[in-house]
Amino acid sequence: MNSGRIVGMALLGAMLGIAAIDSAQAAEPPLKVGLLEDVSGDLAFMGMPKLHGSQLAVEEINKSGGILGRQIELIHLDPQGDNARYQEFGRRLLNRDKVDVLIGGITSASREALRPIVDRTTTPYFYTNQYEGGVCDASMVSMGAVPEQQFSTLIPWMVQKFGKKVYVIAADYNFGQISAEWNRKIMKDLGGEVVGEEFIPLGVSQFAQTIQNIQKAKPDWLLTINVGAAQDSFFEQAAAANLNLPMGSSIKIMLGFEHKRFKPPALNNMHATANWFEEIDTPEANDFKKRWHAKFPDELYINDMGYNAYNALYMYKALVEKAKSTKLEDMRKVIASGDACIDAPEGKVCIDPKSQHTSHRMRLISVGPKHEVTVEKDYGTIQPYWLGEIGCDLTKKNDKDQYTPSHLPSKS
Amino acid sequence: MSAELFSVFYQFADVFAFLILSAAGLAIVFGMMGVINMAHGEFIMCGAYVTVGLVNLGVPLPIAQILAALTAGIIGMIVELLIVRRFYKRPLDSLLATWGLSLIVTQSMLLIVGSAVRGIGTPEGSFAIGGYTFSTYRLVLFGAAVAVLAGLYIIFMKTRFGVIARATMQNAAMAKALGARTGRIYSISFGIGTALAGLCGALYAPTMTLIPTMGATFVVESFVTVVIGGANVLLGTAPAAVFLAMIRMALNASYGQIIGQIGMLFAVILIIRVLPEGLSSVLVRRGR
Repeated sequence: MNSGRIVGMALLGAMLGIAAIDSAQAAEPPLKVGLLEDVSGDLAFMGMPKLHGSQLAVEEINKSGGILGRQIELIHLDPQGDNARYQEFGRRLLNRDKVDVLIGGITSASREALRPIVDRTTTPYFYTNQYEGGVCDASMVSMGAVPEQQFSTLIPWMVQKFGKKVYVIAADYNFGQISAEWNRKIMKDLGGEVVGEEFIPLGVSQFAQTIQNIQKAKPDWLLTINVGAAQDSFFEQAAAANLNLPMGSSIKIMLGFEHKRFKPPALNNMHATANWFEEIDTPEANDFKKRWHAKFPDELYINDMGYNAYNALYMYKALVEKAKSTKLEDMRKVIASGDACIDAPEGKVCIDPKSQHTSHRMRLISVGPKHEVTVEKDYGTIQPYWLGEIGCDLTKKNDKDQYTPSHLPSKS
Repeated sequence: MSAELFSVFYQFADVFAFLILSAAGLAIVFGMMGVINMAHGEFIMCGAYVTVGLVNLGVPLPIAQILAALTAGIIGMIVELLIVRRFYKRPLDSLLATWGLSLIVTQSMLLIVGSAVRGIGTPEGSFAIGGYTFSTYRLVLFGAAVAVLAGLYIIFMKTRFGVIARATMQNAAMAKALGARTGRIYSISFGIGTALAGLCGALYAPTMTLIPTMGATFVVESFVTVVIGGANVLLGTAPAAVFLAMIRMALNASYGQIIGQIGMLFAVILIIRVLPEGLSSVLVRRGR
C-alpha cells in the first residue's frame, strides 16, 4: 500500500467521523420502529399492505416534523409467516436494535409467539389486526377490531336476516378455534343452532367433502373464518358446486379482499363487519386512499390490516407526544387517562384504558353478484367493552393472559 | 340412497384426481429417475400461472392448459440440462439444488408478478343429485387423472421410447453400451415429469387462489403418494392413490379434514414401516 492511499483513507475516515458527529449534533437520534410483517410466504398478499401502510405513515410523519422533533427510522423484517422466525426477529429488534416500539404480526399464532418476548422488555407492542380478542396485556396495544365489535354485530344480523342455523368453517389454530367459540356463545344467546363446525388445517386447498358436509347439514348460512390463500379456494369450489348460501365472516372482504382476487360471483352474498374497507366513501377516507394509491399505485386493495398498521404509527405518535416520553409506563398513563385518541380515516378512534384495545366505527357490508360492496348497516362507534366487563383492568393489574368465553379471569 | 352412493364416488374421485395429478410428474422424476425434485411444486405453480396468464390474454381454457403443460415441460428440460443433469449420481445434492431452485423461483415470482393474482373462475356447470349439488369440473379433473395414467401406460409400456427409458432407469451403463442415448432419455423423461406437474397446476388453476407458494399445497400429497407407491409408476402410484384416497375420503366424510389428513399420513407411516419399497414391490413381485 503506498503512502498516498494511506493519506487518502485517513482523510476519508476523518471526513466520515466528522459527518457522523455532525448529524448527531444536528438532530436527536431517530426513533426506531421495529416492524414484523410477512411480505413473502403464504400470507404475503395480506402482509404487503401492512408494510405499505407503515411506510406511508412513517413518510408522512417524518415530512411533518417527526415525533417530538425526532425522525422515525422504520426497521422492517420479514418473518415469512414462520412463528419461530417471528420470535427470532422479535428478539433481534428488541435486544440488538433496541427499537422504541415494536409493531406487527399477522396471525394470532405469531402474536402469541411474540408476546412473551415483548413482556420481558419495557418496549410497547402494537398488534394491528382484527382478531379473536381477549388479550389482557399491558405491553400490548391492539389497533384492530375484536369480537364484540365484529361478531356481536354480524351474527345477530345474519340470524335475523337468514335464519338460526349456521355452519362454521374455521382455520385450525387459535384464531379459528376461539372465533368459533365466540360464535357458539352468541348463537346460544340468540337461541340459534350451530349445525356443523369444521376446522381446517392451514394449507388445505380441496373442499369437495366440506361442501357436501355443508349440504348435508342444511344450514341457513355459513360462518367462514378460513385463513390463507389455500383455504380461500373454498369460495371458488363452493361457487362451482353451486352451494349458494349466504356467508358471514370477520376476516373476508376487508382483510383478504377475496372479492378482488376471485372472479365474480364466487363471493356473492358474503357479509362482514369492518372498521375499514376500501369502499368506504367519506371525504377523510377518500383523501387517505388517494395518498396511499399515489405512493403505491399497484396496490390491489387497501385492506383493514394495512389501514390499522397506518393508524398504529399515528396512535404511537399521539401517545408519545401526549406523554412527552417514549417510555411504556408514561404512554400508559396517557392511555389510563382515556385521552389516547386520533382522528383516523374512519373517524375518531380511542384506546380503552382497561383493555388497551381500540374503539371503532363499525359497518356491516355485503357483497353482490358482481362483487360490488354495499354498506348494509352503520353501527357507529363501538367500544371494545368485553375485557373490561369480565374483569380485565390494565390500569390496576397486568394479567398478561388471553381470555376467551370459556377462559375467564379467576375471581380474586 | 343413490345420491349418497354417488356422493361417495364423487368424493373418492376428487381425492384420487388430486393425488394422481399432483403425483404423476413426481412419479417419473422421483420414482423412476431417482431425482428428489423439491421444485416439483414450483412446476405446478408454473402451469397454473401460465394458464391464468393465457386465459387473461383470451386463449380458451383447454388450449391454455395444454400450452401451460408444454411450457412447464420445456422449462423442465432446460432445468435438467443446466442443473439436474449434474446430480444424477448424488441424489441428496439434487435435493439441495432443487430446493434452492424452488426458493429462488417462488421469491422471484413474488417480486415480479406480485403476491396475488386474480383467479379466472371455474368453468360453469354444476348438477344436482338428491340434496347435493356437484361441480362438473371436478369430474373433468377425475377424467384427466385417468387419462394421465392411461397416457403414461402407453408411453412407457407400448412405445420404443418407453422401453429404452425403462432400460436406462434400470441400468444406465448397460443401456448406453447397447446404444441408447441416455442423456436424451433423461432429458425427455424429466421433461415429461415436469410437463405433468405443469398440467396439474393448469387443471387446478381455475379452482384455486394463485399465489407464488401455491405449489406447496400439492407437494406433501405428491411425495407421499410416490413414496408409498414405490419405484413403479403404473403399479405403484395408481394403487397408492386409490388406497390413500379411500382412507382420506372416509375419514374426511366422518370426522372432518383434520382427521382426514392425520389419518392419511398415519397410513403412510404404517406402509413405509411394513413395505419400505412401497406398494409396487408387492404388486410387481406378485405380477412375476
